[in-house]
Amino acid sequence: MSRLLLRNADGADPGGSWNRDPEGIQAPQGADRSHIARTGLRLFLVVVSSLFFLFLIAFIARSQMADWRPLTEPLAPLANLWLLWLNSAFLVCSCVALQWSRMAARQARLDATVIGFVVGGVFAIAFLAGQLWVWQQFVAWGYFVASNPANSFFYLLTGMHGLHLLGGLIAWSIIVAKFLRRVPLPQLSVSVELCTIYWHYLLGLWFVLFALLASTPQTYEAIARFCGLR
Amino acid sequence: MAYAEQAETEALHEPKSFLTKYIWSQDHKVIAIQYSVTAIFVGVIAVVLSGLMRIQIGFPGALEFMDASAYYQAMTMHGMIMVIYLLTALFLGGFGNYLIPLMVGARDMVFPYVNMLSYWFYLLAVVVLLSSFFVPGGPTGSGWTLYPPQSISQGTPGVEWGIVLMLVSLAIFIVAATMGGLNYVTTVLQARTHGMTLFRMPLSVWGIFMASIMALLAFPALFVSAVMMLFDKLLGTSFFMPAMVSLGQQIDHQGGSPILFQHLFWFFGHPEVYIVALPAFGLVSDLISTHARKNIFGYRMMVWAIIAIGVLSFVVWAHHMYVSGMNPYFGFFFAVTTLIIAVPTALKVYNWVLTLWKGDIHLTVPMLFALAFIVTFLVGGLTGLFLGNVIVDIPLSDTYFVVAHFHMVMGVAPVLVVFGGIYHWFPKVTGRMLNDTLGKLHFWITFLGTYAIFFPMHYLGFQGMPRRYYAYENYAFIPQSAQELNAFITVIALTVGVSQLLFLFNLAWSAFKGKPAGSNPWGAASLEWQTPDTPPKHGNWGAKLPIVHRWAYDYSVPGIEQDFVPQTVSAEELEQMRQLSAGTRIADVKT
Repeated sequence: MSRLLLRNADGADPGGSWNRDPEGIQAPQGADRSHIARTGLRLFLVVVSSLFFLFLIAFIARSQMADWRPLTEPLAPLANLWLLWLNSAFLVCSCVALQWSRMAARQARLDATVIGFVVGGVFAIAFLAGQLWVWQQFVAWGYFVASNPANSFFYLLTGMHGLHLLGGLIAWSIIVAKFLRRVPLPQLSVSVELCTIYWHYLLGLWFVLFALLASTPQTYEAIARFCGLR
Repeated sequence: MAYAEQAETEALHEPKSFLTKYIWSQDHKVIAIQYSVTAIFVGVIAVVLSGLMRIQIGFPGALEFMDASAYYQAMTMHGMIMVIYLLTALFLGGFGNYLIPLMVGARDMVFPYVNMLSYWFYLLAVVVLLSSFFVPGGPTGSGWTLYPPQSISQGTPGVEWGIVLMLVSLAIFIVAATMGGLNYVTTVLQARTHGMTLFRMPLSVWGIFMASIMALLAFPALFVSAVMMLFDKLLGTSFFMPAMVSLGQQIDHQGGSPILFQHLFWFFGHPEVYIVALPAFGLVSDLISTHARKNIFGYRMMVWAIIAIGVLSFVVWAHHMYVSGMNPYFGFFFAVTTLIIAVPTALKVYNWVLTLWKGDIHLTVPMLFALAFIVTFLVGGLTGLFLGNVIVDIPLSDTYFVVAHFHMVMGVAPVLVVFGGIYHWFPKVTGRMLNDTLGKLHFWITFLGTYAIFFPMHYLGFQGMPRRYYAYENYAFIPQSAQELNAFITVIALTVGVSQLLFLFNLAWSAFKGKPAGSNPWGAASLEWQTPDTPPKHGNWGAKLPIVHRWAYDYSVPGIEQDFVPQTVSAEELEQMRQLSAGTRIADVKT
């Protein structure tokens, strides 16, 4: 063994597979610009996933403390979920419209791309307005941000999700401005696609958050036990 | 179309005005210099703060303004600046930005605009952080870990504004690091030139690449804890704040979990150690191989060790929390994972030593720093084995042994690599060599000095001298000899601190008056030394991207007179070199 190690160490005679130039000439793992942008976005979504995963772990851990007052109790604001369902429907419509726009862009149909894209953004704005309306309801019912950790997390999680969508809407508005300046479709189709991927991700994330926020304390307890947090 | 082909066909738009060339630059090399200069600037502030702390410890009461609050503020800012704003920013933003595109053969980062934003967000984070020195109450004095409830409770220095600015600054820094990290990872994955496979990349790139992935996954934990603590501080929520009596009054918070903060913080905090260490591992591997004129020993092992350390570092965080109170099985688990991570780390140390073995070692300044790193990292790593075990950690926790350990392993060791790296790549950045005599003087003072500072701290720790105390007089359990040792450490620390001016002077002087370096003064094989211009121009490679035919470690190849073969040399060219060398040898024999 030691002889093998020492032979490997000798630069004049590199022996052993661990110590040689590991590969022959290969083509580079090349990528065009749109592929690079997609990779960048996917990496970013991994970061966002890490962020929300940690928020959710904190949520589950904190929910096991004695002072947690669930928002799903009969007289609490989330006893009836119709407003959140309505907002979810807005976001679903937003994603459907953007997906339609993305498919139209692939087929080089400019009008359909623009219409789908604009409608998608408008539904996203409706979703954000709906979320603000839910916050307004919370305040009206006396469920302030600091009055209970469950409330705090509700504002925090919906707020963080909303901020991410708002960031998406900034990108959306830049692309809309480019459409208005008649930038040719082939130059914008990648942007439309990236926006759509981001929207789909935020829809999935919203359903995870929605499911968690609307769950009962028993569910939290089960998750906490599963994660060893209790 | 492959990236490399596309990059060759697209026209280069070189910035013309001063503003776009040097200030709002999207060139990775300029951004790297901006990052480095800013990081070194805040680093100098952190060194001054540590000097002030040492004066207080060595000669209590010598500084009139240094009361307990000022001491804790200096301690907090020193720690946070060194870990985040200096080391992380310098390794990823400085070395990462400069080296990745040059080492993988790209024209620039794949998202240059985002890269530029990354620097400006970093600068904003630094400005916000430093502004806390000038607000009422001053910066936060809660320790760099910012543990609640103390950090946001009355009585802690900087509780009014300092802590808020610290948390906001961290959040901005994380946005900057994320923008940078996305760039580094995507560039490595998708912008490598012809023939540059992943397993041909220099270990510097591997280290920075893995550290960037870890930063992308770990910084969100700090972001989450910063946002939740801001909510607790500004909106009165109780994520982390328990019910308690502060200054005789029941506070408004109740039910929060300070331990939850500790878990989140250290889920970031431990990977952070390796976010700093992995680039250092990578850079030092290249320094050792180049200056020992030998291929790195066990290249693939080194790569897999980097990956293994990166993955394992996410499952060891609670070894920072042994004294927080935890289930014994929990402590057992984290002690085991901590010891397991020593395996790939030790493997790297062995491989560095085996690379040196029988090498043609050139004791240049970068090599001196690299050798010093191996020794220092070994010492710091070994004390890590002590502290990783619960039963040893509990008595040593919160003593100077811990201070000695982490300063050796993640303070001095990475800083030695930073210095080595700067001495090594400065000729590429500026086209001029750093002064060798000044460099050697700087090395010996720094290397011996840091040992004189931190080695005795191990003994102080064994004697039970606690860390984080503002003054150590009048404690029966701390003997007078410890005071004398503290005074000694202070004198050395101030000497080492002042001697860094040598380095700064050398940088400034050599940038303009240094000896011209040529394109490849060290005879290095990796790609960044094969650029057509030194310093490399915008776009790095001229009209055609380089073609890579081999790994970055072909040193002292048998039968070749020149003791390195650049990555761009093809098999045919190598054969020609071999024949040429054989011809020269025959001619030598004849004469």
